Amino acid sequence: MESAAPTSPTILEMRSITKEFPGVKALENVNLTVRAGEIHSICGENGAGKSTLMKVLSGVYPYGTYDGQVIYQGSEVRFNNIKQSEHAGIVIIHQELALVPLLSITENIFMGNEPTKFGSIDWVEAKVRAKELLARVGLDEDPDTLIKNIGVGKQQLVEIAKALNKSVKLLILDEPTAALNESDSQHLLDLLRGLKGRGITSIMISHKLNEIEEISDSITILRDGKTIETLDVEHDGVDEDRIIRGMVGRALDNRFPERNPHIGEVFFEVKNWNVRHPLIAERKVVKNSSFVVRRGEVVGFAGLMGAGRTELAMSIFGRAYGIYESGTIYKDGKEVRLRTVQDAIDHGLAYVSEDRKALGLNLLDDIKRSTVAAKLRKISNRFGTVDKAQEYTISDKYRTSLRIKTPSVDEGVNKLSGGNQQKVVLAKWMFTDPDLLILDEPTRGIDVGAKTEIYGIIRDLAASGKGVILISSELPELLGVSDRIYTIFEGQITNDLPVSEADPETLMRSMTSAPTHTSNKKAAIR
Amino acid sequence: MTDVTTKKKTGGFRDLRLIFGGSQSSARQFGILGALIVIIVYYQIVTGGKTLNPSNLINIVNGNSYVLILAIGMVMVIVAGHIDLSVGSVAAFVGIIVAQSMYVWHLPWPLAMILGLVVGALVGAWQGWWVAYVGVPAFIVTLAGMLFFRGANQFVGNSTSIPVPQEFKFIGGGYIPDFGPDFGFSNPTLILGALVAVAIVWQEFRARRIQRVMGAEVAPVWVLVVKLALLLGVVTLATILFASGRVGTSYPIAGIILGVLVLVYSYITNNTIIGRHIYAVGGNWRAAELSGVNIRRVNFFVMWNMSVIASLAGMMWIARSVASGPGDGVGWELDAIAAVFIGGAAVSGGIGTIVGSIVGGLVIAVLNNGLQLTSAGADVVQMVKGLVLLLAVGIDVYSKRQGRPSIIGLLTQRRKGPFDDTPAALQDAKTPTPAGGAQDTVRPQDLTPEG
Repeated sequence: MESAAPTSPTILEMRSITKEFPGVKALENVNLTVRAGEIHSICGENGAGKSTLMKVLSGVYPYGTYDGQVIYQGSEVRFNNIKQSEHAGIVIIHQELALVPLLSITENIFMGNEPTKFGSIDWVEAKVRAKELLARVGLDEDPDTLIKNIGVGKQQLVEIAKALNKSVKLLILDEPTAALNESDSQHLLDLLRGLKGRGITSIMISHKLNEIEEISDSITILRDGKTIETLDVEHDGVDEDRIIRGMVGRALDNRFPERNPHIGEVFFEVKNWNVRHPLIAERKVVKNSSFVVRRGEVVGFAGLMGAGRTELAMSIFGRAYGIYESGTIYKDGKEVRLRTVQDAIDHGLAYVSEDRKALGLNLLDDIKRSTVAAKLRKISNRFGTVDKAQEYTISDKYRTSLRIKTPSVDEGVNKLSGGNQQKVVLAKWMFTDPDLLILDEPTRGIDVGAKTEIYGIIRDLAASGKGVILISSELPELLGVSDRIYTIFEGQITNDLPVSEADPETLMRSMTSAPTHTSNKKAAIR
Repeated sequence: MTDVTTKKKTGGFRDLRLIFGGSQSSARQFGILGALIVIIVYYQIVTGGKTLNPSNLINIVNGNSYVLILAIGMVMVIVAGHIDLSVGSVAAFVGIIVAQSMYVWHLPWPLAMILGLVVGALVGAWQGWWVAYVGVPAFIVTLAGMLFFRGANQFVGNSTSIPVPQEFKFIGGGYIPDFGPDFGFSNPTLILGALVAVAIVWQEFRARRIQRVMGAEVAPVWVLVVKLALLLGVVTLATILFASGRVGTSYPIAGIILGVLVLVYSYITNNTIIGRHIYAVGGNWRAAELSGVNIRRVNFFVMWNMSVIASLAGMMWIARSVASGPGDGVGWELDAIAAVFIGGAAVSGGIGTIVGSIVGGLVIAVLNNGLQLTSAGADVVQMVKGLVLLLAVGIDVYSKRQGRPSIIGLLTQRRKGPFDDTPAALQDAKTPTPAGGAQDTVRPQDLTPEG
């Protein structure tokens, strides 16, 4: 593979970029230098700041909302919106494709950029150019085909064609192959190489380390919103292990509560669980997964975004996600069928969603009503009348014990900070008195102090004999709180490690590659 | 934790707000209630006292009860995130069947009423099934229902009017018969007023007792006194006015039906599981689903309930006009929807109260009446109604976008403290999504500082 000569000019330099959100520093003095004509990859764990950095670059976060300088083609640029950055030749292709499914390929390629003749759209010209562009990305489709009728891989190519139409100089791809299968991914990578041959610079964000290693000229690693290092693939002899070390190599600090587990016998077991995608029936999201949870145990689930962790958890929680295909659940040795969320709650399951605002809370409601929302029957009589005095005293008890910072439980949950909202969600599920709590990214988007408190709550729950499943993208968190960790890759459980045997590198390896034969067997046997 | 978290400061405007219940949504009702009082006072002056004249008041109650009753059902539909355009047609359809059953089949009126409610329940089950179990948007289902049941009314009645017997008239335009010694007032109305007054006092003291048991904040005594004085004053005034009407009249029976329904449905929405679930589904149906709420059942219930209420409204209407005709109920759905939105319900669902909607409906009713008393034509009445709706919702939307509850809410805002609303400086930044765009639609009220 030929690489751009180290002497080739710099096309982009981002100098000490700092971007703050209320309470969180998403980027801190990040530097990024990209040479013209190279493929530059950006690696980092979920939440390391990769997408935020690209949003700064493309003007999604306008000039003035961040600190630092962006030097593009030799001069400082100050983009106020995407339109301006696109005009300069910087095009970003997002993880969630920005195509309109019910419009044709041509209409999508020229959206917002329509060729006109006497003020009306020149469809003949558009179609001719669309054909050319499709040929350049190697897509053999009728330009009149509707987007919804072509696969995700081809949609990705349409996005690139759309970018080429804007005479792109710097192409940014955010997880371009996340939703693609092996051959589509390979095609896309070949295309990127072809574009490089024509002088187009690419920045690629990806979790698939083998692809990064294969295609990149340089790699910049971000961690916790900071630049860790930039590697030159050819000179530094980069391999996957080297990248992993950069991504996770941080010291674990003492923000985790002391572990003193009293682990009992297995009380919850899932066997050969298979789930299909709710819309794309041929896509299997969870494949033959089996796992167990013991009383008093915190079981971690590690996996990168899109690996199927949330899908696994939600499909177990009363089939709240996807189309159930096969698999059995045993609780206390007996098979249980959880067909609805109500069934799952009745059988002592609780699920704290990763998306607190969209799935966890009714933001129009107040704290007391939110606290009791998942088990109103517990405080109502047989006519369905809710005991408001109990509602108040119970929610006030949780306010004190979980230290929810609010003057009163009469306040609306929308007035709480993220950490305190999360505590309300935890209270809501603790109120259902579950045996098994599934916590999906319980510390996402909340500050360090509240995180520590939530770790404490998790340990307390386990100490009281409940089983806890902790899904998290943060490896230190998993290693700090869990007793045992499963890894998931592409819908399969790839490893099962007691925390004493787990370290970030081992986990990352199992999270980014298909299971080896032995570990697969091991997971199946347990 | 500091002391501030356990104690709320009280005093001044904030206590004033406690008179009206204290929470944010009550503040909005308070605003529309203020508008209602202003309108009443205005027309009382402009018409030279004709507005608060006993027979005019009785007229307002009799002439608007059916729309206010529809608003009760409609607010639940709208809170759950739907809409019902079919209520006018359903009311007309049930009306013609009830009229037919009494006039042609000679059914006694109690049986005819039961028949009407059963028909309403069947219609509601039909529409609820399409909305909740098939998943067709309520707008479409009820638009279809609006067309279908309008046609069905004309089909059953051959596009003509069918009279109803005199004894049926009481539910729409009837009065409680007078009894006892003659003081120049309607005795039943006086008794009714006294009962309401006792109930109000009892309810206030009960609420305080419960608050004290819970260890919650209890409003100071002067708030209680002022509140009771205000409420009892209004009740006394209304009682005397309604009791001093023409001989043979009293507080209308239609108004009693309305009052009972307001009480029952307020209780359902505030105190029962199904009521909670309606707000949960409207506020965030995905979160509700993941909390074990059976969304389909909730959607079915609100649509079904709306049609049952529409059937009652239809019967009250034919009772009042002593006949059922092909033009009954035209435009009722829009009056009911307007009442609900003027009463503070959110277009996107999740917010709205029965009492607020009734007040909203009364605003329209009193405006209507005032315009008629000042001999404005039906054209002007329509135009004013339209503007009032736009203005009420417009003010609400605007103040919400500014991050303030409402103009009235501003006046009664709590003084700045450690847990006050998000500082304005933080409001233009989105909540961070470190893992990349999981929460990309953030409504203004969702913005919270982290930590």
